Formats: sequence, structure tokens, C-alpha cells
Amino acid sequence: MRKITFQEALNEAMIQEMERDKNIFVYGLDVTDHKRIFGSCKNILEKFGKDRCFITPLSEDAMTGMGLGAAINGLRPIHIHQRVDFLVLAMNQLTNMVSIHRYMSGGKVKVPLVIRAIVGRGWGQSSQHSKSMHSIFAHIPGLKVVLPTTPSDAKGLLISAIRDDNPVIFLEHRWLYFTEGEVPEEPTPIPLEEPNILQSGDDITIVATSWMNVEALKAAEVLAKRGVSIEVVDPRTIAPLNDKLIIDSVNKTGHCIVADNDWIHCGFGAELAARISEKCFNDLKSPVNRIGFAQAPCPTTRPLENEFYPNAVNIIREIEKKLELETTDLSREEFYSWEKRFKGPF
Amino acid sequence: MDKSKLSLELYKKVYLIRKSEETIIKYYMDDDMKTPVHLSVGEEAIAAGVCHATGKDDQIYGTYRNHGIYLARTGETDNFFGELYGKKTGMAKGKAGSMHMFCPECNFLGTSAIVATCIPLGLGGAFAKKYKKEKGLSFVFFGDGALEEGAFWESLNFACLHKLPIIFVCEDNGLAIHSHIKDRQSFKSITDIVSKFGCNVFKEKSTDPEVIHNLTLEAIKKQKENGKPCFMHLKYYRYLEHVGINQDFKFGYRSEDEFKKWLKVDPVNLQRKKLLKIGFSEKEIKKVETEIDKQIDKSVELAEKAPFPDCEEVLTDVYS
Repeated sequence: MRKITFQEALNEAMIQEMERDKNIFVYGLDVTDHKRIFGSCKNILEKFGKDRCFITPLSEDAMTGMGLGAAINGLRPIHIHQRVDFLVLAMNQLTNMVSIHRYMSGGKVKVPLVIRAIVGRGWGQSSQHSKSMHSIFAHIPGLKVVLPTTPSDAKGLLISAIRDDNPVIFLEHRWLYFTEGEVPEEPTPIPLEEPNILQSGDDITIVATSWMNVEALKAAEVLAKRGVSIEVVDPRTIAPLNDKLIIDSVNKTGHCIVADNDWIHCGFGAELAARISEKCFNDLKSPVNRIGFAQAPCPTTRPLENEFYPNAVNIIREIEKKLELETTDLSREEFYSWEKRFKGPF
Repeated sequence: MDKSKLSLELYKKVYLIRKSEETIIKYYMDDDMKTPVHLSVGEEAIAAGVCHATGKDDQIYGTYRNHGIYLARTGETDNFFGELYGKKTGMAKGKAGSMHMFCPECNFLGTSAIVATCIPLGLGGAFAKKYKKEKGLSFVFFGDGALEEGAFWESLNFACLHKLPIIFVCEDNGLAIHSHIKDRQSFKSITDIVSKFGCNVFKEKSTDPEVIHNLTLEAIKKQKENGKPCFMHLKYYRYLEHVGINQDFKFGYRSEDEFKKWLKVDPVNLQRKKLLKIGFSEKEIKKVETEIDKQIDKSVELAEKAPFPDCEEVLTDVYS
């Protein structure tokens, strides 16, 4: 199968869906500028015109409500934000209107609204351009929250999100934009609410979100050389959460680490740890551990930023503790340094 | 429309609203309507006048003080009282209650208890009309408090920038719960400011439903002529407390004398007197009123007898 990047996969999903359904339109700050949301909106203006692809005033709140109003009137809006942090300005609409509108109508309306937002990281993104906040969105009934990891998921899940009749928050990690992978050329939806086993293993389960899957797979690769067999499970959609594959995996391995691309406190890892303790109690050989951001705003300077973000080494060390392994010599291992590809400012 | 027929139709609407609200007041202390009510008493001329000028392709969006516009738009009271009683027969099976009245069959597409939050929805409705090249306008109702919210200004700006088919209807009662407008707003004339956005503006202090109706027709005509959104600034007096069924003059934040002034131009009395003046007999008017009374009594009876929603309903309609 041909390989394309995560960014190209997003772009292809939107273009193919917009060709299929004229009710889909794309809007947001800078969706038509020369950068086109890091390339993900390339050619959309040219192919579909300014009625179906347009920039907005800096009015996140009203533009979100506008999407809701358009969605209940038969359109299928895709609202795009260059950073998740900007969505905080739309929290009133998201929590008080978008998420409740179907319920408050007694099920009479549908809300096919997609909100794409990018999770920033690195090169000094600092505290207002780096949040993921997926657990906050996932806390609110009525919203679906999707975090694609692979290029294939980027395309397949975005197609499903667009075709879904519910509001979907679709969170894309900036660093994943560069990743390449096999992606079908045809528009092939991947069902929402189905976790994905990225790698099978028997000794321990790592449940990771978004970028942390890349770190988890690296950790698995390193420890495989020592004969440790790691299962990496990507929930992909965290709300509503279908935990069956995750529960089955933990029942098999008896150990679990949740590596979340977010703060730990009151986060997705806590939800998952609770579910695992409820459903796997008799099979657990150790408590569920959580790995995530340091409980602080994201600092700007590189050394502190390195402390803030968890990585493959943290995962390896945690696994060693859980499985009572000796400390692995990592001096010859090469870990990801995407910053080499990610020159600023954005 | 024939002048006398219009007068009668508007009277039916204001009477339906007033009588429905009085019926809520009558039974509210029985505690079977467990939903906070923000009654439309005093506001009837705006609800009836504007809604009567709307056509079936037009859409309505509103606030928690939505009984007036709901009744004026739909004319129905079975689902209305069903919803207030929290019953299965309510338009949202009791999930919405008074503050979230809804009727997609009548293009009554959303009301909200957070000030100004339905304005962007109405903007989206107007956007969809333009996008799909469909007939009709989006009418968005909100109070004077909404003028202090960002969502209003964001929506106004976008609507004017894109020349969307939308009519902003500001129902100004001078109060945000108990706070007076003079303590909240630095500007004196909202219409002056709004006009600078390239919006057609209209303002009226009358409590005469026909005056409001004609002004709405004028706004619709103007919107069709120049394609620009319209902003209607309409004054009224809230007779009762912000939420609930009582008068609240004893608390001293507003004077009863002011109320008495407005009562002299009460929209329901005004319209009734007009009917007598243009030749309707007392008997004819009484007949119309009795029919509406019967409709409401029947709806209340149905609502009282109707079952509550099944317990499983708590988890349905969260997602499609």
C-alpha cells in the first residue's frame, strides 16, 4: 500500500468527503492562508471555493455556536483550530450548547459537527500552545473525543467523524503530522469507538494516547531486545470509551501502564485505572501506573520542557520497576528527537 | 391581511400567552411543574407581534424567557404543558423543561438558559439558509443583558460581514435579573452602535402588538431589499420577578409606580380594547377567549394525567 504522512491523510479525508457531500464545509482561522493549517487544508479552497472553505473572525465562541446552528440545519461543518488551547474560548458553546442540544430536544435533532484542533509541543510552545485537554472534553456527555495516532487512523477516523451525527472533537498532535504510514487511497472509514492494538504482547499492557503511542512503541522495541513482550493499545476514541479490548489485554498481561499525553491528575489515566481495577481486579499482578505531563503549566525552556513531557525512557523505567527487571543500559539507544524536524516558530 | 383579521389573530396570540402564564401561576404552587419559570407576562406584544410576522420557512431561537415566543410561534399547548409537568408528552419528554423549549416541527430551534448562547445558533441557522440558498430568515430573541456578552458582538460582526439573513430581536426590559441597565452598560444607544456594523436598525417602545408586527414586516422588507441583517430594539416591562410567579416590588430594586405606568398600556388590554373599537362585540371576543381557555384547560388536564418518561430515558438521546 502507498505511504503518506498524517498531514496528507487528514487532507485527503477532508477532500474526499467534501467531494462526496456538498453539505460539508470547512472554516476556522487561517484555513485559507498560505500555510493551510500545517498543510492539512491544502487545495480545499481551490477545489471547493470560498463558500465551502473560509476564514473566520477571532470569535471562537460564536463560531462554535454557528457550527451547531448549521449542523442542526442539515450542514456538516468542520471547524478547525490551530491549537486546542483556543477551544477554551468556546467552552461555553461546547459544554452548554453543542453537547446538550440533542438531549434537550428529546432526540429530535442531530449535531454532525467536527471540531479539529491541534496539540502543540516543543520549540517553546509554552503553556498556551501545548494543551491537549482531552479528559476535559471527555468528561462532558454528548461530545465524542478522538485522538488519532497513525496516518491511517488520521484518515479513517476523520472520515468517520465527518459522517457521524454527533459532535466530535478531533485532536491531532502536531508532531504526528510528519509521521508516514500506509493509508488506503479509497475513502475507508475506521469506526469510532474501537481501540487499536498497535503491537501485541504478553507481559504488560501499555495504553497510550496520541503521541505517547510513539513513545510506547519505542519502549516496546527497546525492551523486546531483552525478551519483554509489550502490548501497546491505543484507545483512539476516549469518549464514549469502549474499553473491551483494553480490559481483555490487561486480563491477559496482568500489568498496565497508562501513558497519557496530558496531565495525570483527574485525567484519562485515572478513569482507565479505575475501570481496570473494577474489571480486572483478580487478574492484576500490580497496580495500574500512570505516566503523563508534570503537574505544572508547560514551561518554555528546553531543559524544563524535557522534564515536563514523559517519554519512552520513562515508560521503560516504569516497566522495569513493575516487572522487577534490572535497569537497562540505554546509552546505545537512539530516541526520537523530532525537534530536529521541528524548527520553529510553529 | 384584512386589518380586523390581523387584529383578532394578534389578540389570540397575546391572550394565549397571558392565559397560559396565568395558568402556570395558578397551579405552580401545587409543585407538579418542577421547573424554574421565567414568565413572559408583559412581553406579549413582542412575542406575538414578531412571531406573527414570521413565515413557515423562518426560524426562531430564544432564551429561557421563551414561553411567549413558543406559544406565539406554535400555537400549541399540549406539548408545552406536558414539558412543564416533566411528562412523556412534553416536546422533549420532560428533559428540557421551561428553560429549553423546543419545536423543530415549527422551526423553533433552540432556547437557552445561559444569556446570549443561542445567538450563535441563530447565526448558524442563517448561515445554513444562505449556504443552501433556502428561503426564510433566522429570528434570534435575546434580552438587554445579552448586549454585554461577547457572543452577541461576535455574532453581530459575523452576520454583518457575511450579510446573513438574520433578524436580531432585543427584548429590553432594562433588567438583568435585578441589575439595572444603567449600572451595566456604558453606551446610551445600542442601535447607534449596531448600525455602524452595517446592520439595519429598528427601535420601538410600544406595547401594541400591531405596532411590533408592522415594524417586523418593515424589517423583513428591508432585509430583502439590501440583504443586510436587522436589529430590532424593543422595550417592554417585566411584570413579575425574574424567575417565579410572584411580583417582587417589595424588595425595593424597582418601583411599583413604574409598573403601574406600563400597566396602563398592557399589551393584552390594549389589543382587546382595539378589537372592541374596530367593531368586534364583547360576545365575539369572549367566544375566542373561551376557546383558548378550553384549549389550555385540556392541555393541563392531559399533562397532569400523562405518564412520566421511562427511567431508561435518562440515557437516551445523549448521542445519535
